[in-house]
Amino acid sequence: MDTELILMQLFSGVALGAILVLTALGLSIIFGMLGVVNFAHGALFMVGAYAGLWVASLTGSFWWGLLVAPVMIGLFGMLIEYFLIRPLYGRSIDDPLLLTFGLSYVLVEGVRIVFGTDGIPFPTPPALTGVLDLGVGFFPIYRIFVVGVVFVVVLLLWLGLEKTRFGLIVRAGARDPTMMRVLGVDISKVWLLVFGLGVGLASLGGVLSGPMRSVNPEMGSLVLAEAFVVTVIGGLGSLLGSIIAGLAVGIVISMTALFAPEMATIVMFALMALVLLVRPQGLFGKLA
Amino acid sequence: MTDGIRNITRTNISRRRALAGLGAGASLVAMPWIARAADDTIRIGFPTPLTGPFAAEAKDQVKSAELAVKQFNDKGGINGRKIELLVRDDKLNGGEAATRTLELIEKDKVHAVVGSLSSAVQLAVNEVTRARGIIYVSISQSDTINEVKDFSKYTFHEALNPHMTAGAVARYSFKKGSKVAHLVADYAYGHEMLRGFKRAQAEIGAETVGEILHPFGAADYSTFMPRLRSMRPDFLCISNFGRDQANSIKQAVDFGLKQQAKIVVPVILHNQRLAVGPEVFEGVVGGANYYWGLESQLPSAKAFNDAYRAANGGAIPTDYGAYGYTGLSSLLMAMQVAGGTDTDKVIAALEVLKYDVAKGPQSYRKCDHQSVQSVLVLESQKKADMKGDADLFKVVANEAASEKVLRGCTELGFPA
Repeated sequence: MDTELILMQLFSGVALGAILVLTALGLSIIFGMLGVVNFAHGALFMVGAYAGLWVASLTGSFWWGLLVAPVMIGLFGMLIEYFLIRPLYGRSIDDPLLLTFGLSYVLVEGVRIVFGTDGIPFPTPPALTGVLDLGVGFFPIYRIFVVGVVFVVVLLLWLGLEKTRFGLIVRAGARDPTMMRVLGVDISKVWLLVFGLGVGLASLGGVLSGPMRSVNPEMGSLVLAEAFVVTVIGGLGSLLGSIIAGLAVGIVISMTALFAPEMATIVMFALMALVLLVRPQGLFGKLA
Repeated sequence: MTDGIRNITRTNISRRRALAGLGAGASLVAMPWIARAADDTIRIGFPTPLTGPFAAEAKDQVKSAELAVKQFNDKGGINGRKIELLVRDDKLNGGEAATRTLELIEKDKVHAVVGSLSSAVQLAVNEVTRARGIIYVSISQSDTINEVKDFSKYTFHEALNPHMTAGAVARYSFKKGSKVAHLVADYAYGHEMLRGFKRAQAEIGAETVGEILHPFGAADYSTFMPRLRSMRPDFLCISNFGRDQANSIKQAVDFGLKQQAKIVVPVILHNQRLAVGPEVFEGVVGGANYYWGLESQLPSAKAFNDAYRAANGGAIPTDYGAYGYTGLSSLLMAMQVAGGTDTDKVIAALEVLKYDVAKGPQSYRKCDHQSVQSVLVLESQKKADMKGDADLFKVVANEAASEKVLRGCTELGFPA
């Protein structure tokens, strides 16, 4: 096995990991701040891809789709929080879980009715087609672009949560919502925004995935499983955990693909089982 | 018990029966006639994966099967008996398919079963039908079903099999000394296709430079691409199905493999070509049982397309869709010859049947009940060369129906 191939495989793993990070972030943020396990995450990822495709076909530009769809679906997410999830706060964790689980079926069926059950082509934007020579091998420009977008998103999130007043409120709200209310902060408004942000991230992942995979109503189901594995490995609710776990899972999948390709999917679950055995709260999670 | 369930699932008949009973003023004379009329219907079970990654192909199978049933019913049915198609979702799962098939046989009292869309699932259906002595016409690819351990006199295989499909694609594409890299879905279909290709390669003298098995239903293939590139193949041969085909071809193209190698697939899918667009598929070569474009050469294809268009608002039939039509038509034609549903008579009729309903002459080989038929090799058109949205492929080869492209009966384990 030559070094070039191993380096190339490592890079493929990082690129795959970046996509996993993006899909896991939204799930992790919503759970960390609201304590809601969002089972509609995969479906919202898929709706985001369709919304991106729809906006792109209306405007004739991928870029509008990439910008507008996450905002659009993020606002839709706020409606979901306001009308469906809010009445369930204070009840057991199962209630919002079951609600979002049901919602995911509604969304998938809805898309099937509007856009049909078959896949729809989502062409790669012309400016990002082709491959780039990395010195050790060729890699699609579009995937490198996705890694860049994920990097920027993670940076903005970190700055937003760590360096702004709103971020401070969000972090404090996650620790002790009652105290925040006593201090006069309208915590329900914060939760509304956080849920919208998480959903927006899911749909951004959907739009970005469109040109790499075919767009179809079931594209979210696998993504949901992957996002859960990554957040569980990283520690539920930990942002840093999601990022590190996402990259680690990507690299592990890629290296497995090199030596035992038929194991490439199952290895992710094996890794999760291993982490749960050794550290049940995940790499960066806190014990409840 | 069984009757109770049948009345729930087939409400139209129970309602008719109830109305007739009322009309006759509870007269006992009318009842036996009504009851016999209901029992006269010829019922065909049709398990197919309506949900899951092959849903698009399954839906087309159903439409084509319904067309075949409608055509026979319009002509007065078989010996005056109407035909009813009972479609069930097998969810692309062997266990589910076996349960649905058993229900079709036990509760719905079907006379025969046609269907399934997976090399693995059809074996589960076949397991049930042969144990119950019910005719099963399988309409998806499998080599195993031809072999003596899975065969029974009730088992018919109307679809192409991997041996003939991969063989036709290999004979068209590969030359002596060609280097072939394989990306293969890790389940029965992929394994059988790989075996078919390698056997043809051995005859041609084309070399295998590498094999990668990928998990079934994977969405991301990027991690396989660096190794495939490093094999420096002349041909990248991708043996998978449904959305796996769309995703893997798309990503191979993204990684620039098309500049390096020609992409060939055992079965090129109409619906997946539509799902990823002409640019990605351009130049990809693959086998097919049917392509609507045959209508310019074949009257039977023209007749099938026209009937399908009329029944489906101008839509054209697809490859796997056509199996629904050819498979069901062959069974119904045999029932017509047999004059009804007597299993042994229908089997005898199927074994000698010569039919041409869509793609040229077909017949079932006596030893393994494999349908001997033509294999098409198609190449995906460049967008600029397409005459209309449906002009997806160019027919680059049409291997005529011949027992010579099948494995011999003795090799399959049948007595010489």
